[in-house]
Amino acid sequence: MATVYLPTLLRPLAGGRESVQVEGATVRQIIDNLEQQHPGIKERLVENNRLKPNISVAVDNEILPLGLIESVNPDSEIHFVQAITGGKN
Amino acid sequence: MERKVHVQTTINGEPAEFLCEPRQSLLECLRDILNLTGTKEGCNDGNCGACTVTMDGRIVTSCLVLGVEAEGAEITTIEGIARGNELHPLQKAFLEEAALQCGICTPGFIVAAKALLDQEPHPTEERIRWWLANNLCRCTGYDKIVKAVQKAAQEVTL
Amino acid sequence: MSTQYNVIGTRPIRHDGADKVTGRALYGADIQLNGLLHGAILRSPHAHARIKRIDTSKAEALPGVKAVATAADFPAAGDKIVDLGEGATPLSYIRGNVLAQGKVLYRGHAIAGVAATSAHIAEEAASLIEVEYEVLPCTLTAPDAMKDGAPILHEDLHMQEFGKKTDKVNNVADHFRFSIGDAEKGFEEADLIIEREFHTSTVHQGYIEPHNATVLWNNDGRVQVWTSTQGSFVVRDTTACILDLPVAQVKVTPMEIGGGFGGKIPVYLEPVAAVLSKKSGRPVKIVMTRKDVFEASGPTPGSYIRAKIGAKRDGTFTAAQAYLAYEAGAYPGAMVGPGAMCIFAAYDIKNVTVDGYDVVVNKPSTAAYRAPGATNAAFAAESVVDEIAEKLGIDPVDIRLKNAAKEGTQRVDGPKYRRVGCVEVLQAIKASEHYNAPLGGPNRGRGIGIGFWFNVGLPSSCTISVNADGSVNLVEGSTDIGGTRTSIAMQAAEVLGIPAEQVHPSVVDTDSIGFTAVTGGSRTTFATGWAAIEAARDIVRQMKERAAKLWETEPAEVNFENGVFSKNGKSMPFAELASKIGETGGPIVGRGAVNPRGVGGSFAGAIADVEVDPETGKTQVVRFTSIQDVGKAIHPAYVEGQMQGGSVQGIGWGLNEEYYMDTTGTMRNSSLLDYRMPTALDLPMIETIIVEVPNPGHPFGVRGVGEANIVPPPAALANAIHQAAGVRLRTLPMKPSTIMEAVWAK
Repeated sequence: MATVYLPTLLRPLAGGRESVQVEGATVRQIIDNLEQQHPGIKERLVENNRLKPNISVAVDNEILPLGLIESVNPDSEIHFVQAITGGKN
Repeated sequence: MERKVHVQTTINGEPAEFLCEPRQSLLECLRDILNLTGTKEGCNDGNCGACTVTMDGRIVTSCLVLGVEAEGAEITTIEGIARGNELHPLQKAFLEEAALQCGICTPGFIVAAKALLDQEPHPTEERIRWWLANNLCRCTGYDKIVKAVQKAAQEVTL
Repeated sequence: MSTQYNVIGTRPIRHDGADKVTGRALYGADIQLNGLLHGAILRSPHAHARIKRIDTSKAEALPGVKAVATAADFPAAGDKIVDLGEGATPLSYIRGNVLAQGKVLYRGHAIAGVAATSAHIAEEAASLIEVEYEVLPCTLTAPDAMKDGAPILHEDLHMQEFGKKTDKVNNVADHFRFSIGDAEKGFEEADLIIEREFHTSTVHQGYIEPHNATVLWNNDGRVQVWTSTQGSFVVRDTTACILDLPVAQVKVTPMEIGGGFGGKIPVYLEPVAAVLSKKSGRPVKIVMTRKDVFEASGPTPGSYIRAKIGAKRDGTFTAAQAYLAYEAGAYPGAMVGPGAMCIFAAYDIKNVTVDGYDVVVNKPSTAAYRAPGATNAAFAAESVVDEIAEKLGIDPVDIRLKNAAKEGTQRVDGPKYRRVGCVEVLQAIKASEHYNAPLGGPNRGRGIGIGFWFNVGLPSSCTISVNADGSVNLVEGSTDIGGTRTSIAMQAAEVLGIPAEQVHPSVVDTDSIGFTAVTGGSRTTFATGWAAIEAARDIVRQMKERAAKLWETEPAEVNFENGVFSKNGKSMPFAELASKIGETGGPIVGRGAVNPRGVGGSFAGAIADVEVDPETGKTQVVRFTSIQDVGKAIHPAYVEGQMQGGSVQGIGWGLNEEYYMDTTGTMRNSSLLDYRMPTALDLPMIETIIVEVPNPGHPFGVRGVGEANIVPPPAALANAIHQAAGVRLRTLPMKPSTIMEAVWAK
């Protein structure tokens, strides 16, 4: 099972836990299964069938561009993080 | 609208004439009437140097000169720096030293630096920095601009 | 791994160079069109007011005026959320910033646009528009705006907490918290705890070219835009969104751009010029004045930061905590998230908690500025680290090395670093001639600082076509602000085995290339470069097929190395095969379209030597070195240029630059005379040390280099000033008066 690390402000929804074990082959499945275990989490992460635009997902320590449809391995570590925007000259 | 004024002048060695409103700056006349858009507007109040041209051999910020003041003057803009197809040593040095990034300040720097080298072929680094303090560049930190002027100074005197 | 490259790592002349040194390059304001009208914008004189009435009749009656536009001319926005390349924003905010609706939220907020036969007439006409205001009290700093009873900017703004809308209506748009480990417990283990408060001023990117837009709403309904922007597709999509048009009904031609640094991502003028063009039936050009640029574009947030670090006697950091409140300006989006993720990013600390607040205030709506949010944060963290080093008697580089982030270090936002070069940057500082040189005079001090920026990937497109003379044409959509045509072309040239000069790059309009995200986030050489690599590989694949035809073999049998195709003793250079593409099957076009993974973050450091005049408090930078892990320097001169430019912007931010606001919310220094950016005379040469820790995620090891370099300078300067003048400054800018007041207070 993949390990999902919860953002600090979502931990109360999972009884204060920092991480939880979740089944799933894609980020979408992970979030759906997470919702089964800890209701209320999905609406904090997903909007209009996409990750909320200000949230990114990191799988195995890399922020990935495709959000919900990214694949996840059984031993993956998943983080939901603030999206980064940038600017340079 | 005020009646337009007829101005006769010399630009980049060629006689030129144009009609402008008395309130129009030389910068506007160059850009909007004569289509010499190499001279840039960065602030329109004389503080950035992007619109630098020479007028009778002196550098001026063309946003602070009225178009009518060009009457009888000799103006040189960035378009008049290269000798035909041959880039001026300053232009070459700016490219070789990577002395530009976005390039919007480059025309003003090259016109100003040429005026310096024309009168002082061997300026010190301090002198170059002093002379170019009228021109703002936000991309380069000036390092490569100063080095380009130093390099051009060597070329010019060879 | 030592890879031999033919093109990468060399310093060719940029492809657009001749145009840019002769004045031929056409920037946004340079466009001239038949029948062109000139626009002007009426802006609010108040920082916060309700608009009771707008009367445009006198303006419309002025001879030469062809059209007037107000927010009433835009289609209704609804509450649509749009993602336009700088994060998700409600359309009503974007549209409301372009032309105010109901309320003005900062001085300079656009209210109406006018198009006339000359710019002077347009300005006159704008001044004839009558606006009746109900002036409201304003709030100008994050701490003030967060107080109970502060004037409220948006009556419908509820604070969000990681995706949850709270009941609280206030000026805080977003609160988030990152935590790893147990900060409280970590502080209990510390022998020394330092906690300090910091304030930083609003500063501007300071690009020399003002914002501009020229728009023709054509008779077939297509809207053609010419503008200077960091993202032509962002302009297309934003303009279409505000005008409620299908995106491809808008075509954006990016002109050359005179600097951006993050500030030329948002759209300000295009939708107004579009409405004016529709109403007048003629193309309309609007160019901001410098005052408009200061008052009404997107500076970067001022901030209030508390930073606390605990350390053991041997210098090991046991815990860290920070509170960051950033001023978003009139609309939410202060980049406090990245600031919070970067504040302790250089350190491996097991117990960290960071709280961030995105606060709206009556100042212009902020935009990105080179590593947005990170410079403010590093000023705080690196000042505290320096104080800990001093109190523990440890060398400032050594204490950083002892705690430096490395591969596997967990960041406060959760993920662990892949291969990063923080340690290598610190080692380069320690080994540098500069760090070990004597200071060379009285009243001098030396300080260092380090900083981090993530960099981003995002989509990019590129096509390459082969010419019969052996050169190729490369078409891409990333507007070139600092030489990226060349850094991208060089990567294609490396793959194709041809010189950089044999690649002819063009940056084209939004009809002519696939979607390409903004030139920002240090992504262009990384991501559009990657698209060019893919397109070049596609060319090689097709060229192998042609060679196979000529040699009557299979494509898989054809080798390609250093620009030469070969098979069993037969060989043909790229150019020779290119001359035969007509006879072997016709044109060859390669394509690359990427949304790459493998982004590599960049660490940078700075060493600053200053001399502080004890009588005036003026700080002179006498020596400065910028150090950065760039992964692989494609064009080392342009990499140095990024490091030097970012350093000097950081020096300006540290020493001079600020929005000097009075209590009514009026910026009192809105000119380039009084908003004091560094000049050539203020600076020494900016030395550079390029550190190359290849990014394993990119074919050539590229990390973005545009941003991390601005992060350390204010902190390095503060630490240098402390050594020179004996005072620790915790407010930016560290101008002479601030220094003298601190000296007198001592």
